[in-house]
Amino acid sequence: MSEKQQTPVLETSHLGIDFGGLTAVDEFNIKIAPTEIKGLIGPNGAGKTTIFNLLTKVYQPSRGTIVLDGKDTRNMSPVQVNHAGIARTFQNIRLFDKLTVEENVKIGLHEHISYGMFSGIFRLPGYWKEEKKAHEKALSLLDIFGMADQADVRADSLPYGAQRRLEIVRALATEPKLLLLDEPAAGMNPSETEELMNNIKKIRDEFQIAVMLIEHDMNLVMGICENIVVVNFGKIIAEGTPTMIQNNPQVIEAYLGSSKKEA
Amino acid sequence: MLANLINGISLGSVYAIIALGYTMVYGIAKMLNFAHGDVIMVGGYIAFCSIAYLGWPPALAVLAAVVVCTMLGIVIERLAYKPLRNATSLAVLITAIGVSYFLQNAALLIWTSNTKVFPNIFANLPGLTLGDMQIAPVTLITVLANIVIMVALTLFTGKTKMGKAMRAVSEDKGAATLMGINVNRTISLTFAIGSGLAAIAGVLLCTAYPTLMPTTGAMPGIKAFTAAVFGGIGSIPGAMLGGILLGVIEIFGKAYISTQLSDAIVFSVLIIVLLVKPTGLLGRKVNEKV
Amino acid sequence: MDKLKNLKKSTKVSFLNYGLVVVFFIVVTALANTGHLTNSFKGQLIPIVSYIIMALALNLVVGISGELSLGHAGFMSVGAFSGVVVSMTTANSIADGGVRLLLSIVIGALLAGIVGVIIGIPVLRLNGDYLAIVTLAFGEIIKNVMNCLYVGVDGAGLHMSFKDAASMGMAADGKVLINGPMGATGVQKLSTFTGGIILLLLVLVVIQNLVNSRTGRAIMAIRDNRIAAEASGVPVTKHKLIAFVTSAAMAGAAGALYALNYSTIAPKKFDFNTSILILVFVVLGGIGNMTGSIIAAALLTILPEMLRKFADYRMLIYAIVLIVVMLTTNNEKIRAFLRGLGKKNKDTEVKEGAANE
Repeated sequence: MSEKQQTPVLETSHLGIDFGGLTAVDEFNIKIAPTEIKGLIGPNGAGKTTIFNLLTKVYQPSRGTIVLDGKDTRNMSPVQVNHAGIARTFQNIRLFDKLTVEENVKIGLHEHISYGMFSGIFRLPGYWKEEKKAHEKALSLLDIFGMADQADVRADSLPYGAQRRLEIVRALATEPKLLLLDEPAAGMNPSETEELMNNIKKIRDEFQIAVMLIEHDMNLVMGICENIVVVNFGKIIAEGTPTMIQNNPQVIEAYLGSSKKEA
Repeated sequence: MLANLINGISLGSVYAIIALGYTMVYGIAKMLNFAHGDVIMVGGYIAFCSIAYLGWPPALAVLAAVVVCTMLGIVIERLAYKPLRNATSLAVLITAIGVSYFLQNAALLIWTSNTKVFPNIFANLPGLTLGDMQIAPVTLITVLANIVIMVALTLFTGKTKMGKAMRAVSEDKGAATLMGINVNRTISLTFAIGSGLAAIAGVLLCTAYPTLMPTTGAMPGIKAFTAAVFGGIGSIPGAMLGGILLGVIEIFGKAYISTQLSDAIVFSVLIIVLLVKPTGLLGRKVNEKV
Repeated sequence: MDKLKNLKKSTKVSFLNYGLVVVFFIVVTALANTGHLTNSFKGQLIPIVSYIIMALALNLVVGISGELSLGHAGFMSVGAFSGVVVSMTTANSIADGGVRLLLSIVIGALLAGIVGVIIGIPVLRLNGDYLAIVTLAFGEIIKNVMNCLYVGVDGAGLHMSFKDAASMGMAADGKVLINGPMGATGVQKLSTFTGGIILLLLVLVVIQNLVNSRTGRAIMAIRDNRIAAEASGVPVTKHKLIAFVTSAAMAGAAGALYALNYSTIAPKKFDFNTSILILVFVVLGGIGNMTGSIIAAALLTILPEMLRKFADYRMLIYAIVLIVVMLTTNNEKIRAFLRGLGKKNKDTEVKEGAANE
């Protein structure tokens, strides 16, 4: 599944943002193919999460363009970007704590449940039909991670790893074309990480979507990413296949070498 | 026009002194202390009793009011707010409202609901004559007191060790504790200062508008709070600016638009300012980290 | 039986609340019919129902939407006075008091809802304490405007002024309906306990079904994490507005019900203290807990009446009760103790269950 000659699902050009006088991200140019798994790596503070925040419009870019599936997202809000096809998870988990696991997923399904407020209040047939559909859909999505039996548990009572998985399910429920995962394996043990890797691949194959992930676990990154982008000080310093990245002297110096991580 | 401006600044100075108390307490304890206005009322009554019943000279009466209110502030903080340090802000708010009810109703029992006429304690002082306009001594003293307090507080928080501790606690309680700052004592001190200021404001307010009732502090309290938000809550110059602007707007609204609608005008201006600048005139914007 | 067990917890709570209201209605009616109710308590029935509705409405904003409103009495005021105007202007055209009450409540709710939209659109962009202070400001503005509002009716229709009754320029046969700070006088008492209970049940249905639907879920998701809700494609302002306006309309309905229980009603009745009183119901009943709001509003409306024998001390006692309740319910040690107690009960239940098998 290497980069083919097809329209990318996401293309950025000259993307950048400044905070005050500080340039956090600059000249960020990438293309993501429709079913690609791309890794975004770099030392702490390199600007990886900022890039996710730019792509999802949590921050408005200072310059450059983001084209999602042929559409310029210039004037879109975070909500519109989601509707246009980007879903994400967060480095510092952001679940709807007081809602149940199932309700969290149903928030992801929000745009795809089609009954109005009044059907809901007066329990018209539309409510029952759509809620039943949403319930089944939520359970089938939870089942990817074997979490269907925890559907009625409150989200904040889940263990850490399960909370990360729930965030992925919730993002997936919005039916994205591109899924952004911000450190999905953080805090997981090796066997959990292994399982997560398989599930990310499974999600890509089953839903035919692109995935971009930020991760510090190099086994995971090298194991599933077809392409890797390395950033340092807000700029891309290398891009290519895992093998290319592993042998890139600049990367080794900036990142792998300094962090003494086994590549 | 000029007379209105001076009246506005005078009223605004009272608001500013009250707002300083609000803003310091909010800055440090992150709580909306709705009982603050009632401390003003207590200050007014203490001064009134000292003069009318004990025959004390005004200066001593003011001192008595400041001492009593300072202690009251410390006691309230210790008994009602300190146990709620880790509770939700709503729980603290409701408790503050409980304290406010308590003070008002205790005052009602002690001093009854009969209006007390506050003596003009500055009657013997000379006023100022500007052309054909007379400026009352209370106006001069109010404005002067406001400036002195403002300068003193700025110096205190900027230069002294305790003042710096206060700023540290308002930035980050956890880090302040790690730096060896006694957070509880700092918060207690803040309440003490805020309440002492409320006593001064109470005396000035009652001298300028000489009617005293258990509910006297409620409305100026709410308005001063608005002033603090208006200027950017947590900011000392903000409270000062907000208070004076609020007073001027109120007096001008009364003079040129409508006496009855003056409160509506004041609050409308507040809303407009907050919509344009959501953290107030001199407030800092805090970004949420994603 | 199995079906009952399979009901979702939220559904069970909803039915518990309907049951609670119905039982309250039956008990009170039975007591009234057998002459066991004192007159002062009877006089409190409609205020109790109105305050319960107010508490439920405010809980929708504070508990479900997670925004603090300190000006809900303003919406009650709008509903109250528009309801009064409707009831007085229809006095000659509509004979049935029940229909007039219904019409007054509907119009009261509608106007309060419209004011809710006007206030909500600019204000809901603010967060936390700033939103609270702006709602406080709006509450004060509404009170202030109502204090200067003069409404009258004559052959030519409704007249309005913000100056005084004379400047409305009515014909000689004109009648002043709302007289500035004096408010409305000579209001016909149209509100009935039964009518109030029906309104209360309707409000409960709307709130509970809303909360357990797509819209309500979205509102709660925004409360729990705004940024994640946006990233999941949930529009924030729209949903905050839905909660706020629904709540405002309900407060308006409660206001109309409340006002039409008295022959005289003045704008100062709906001041900051009333907003706070309702907030106290919500907080003491438990934020987001509708059952708690119902019970707290009912008990705390009756409490000052029951403390009447303490005369001057009653509000002082009320204040102390309020502080003590807040301090105890937020005390870490007491909370841990209660949690432990709850756990123990559950454990013994499980053990007993096992023993029975």
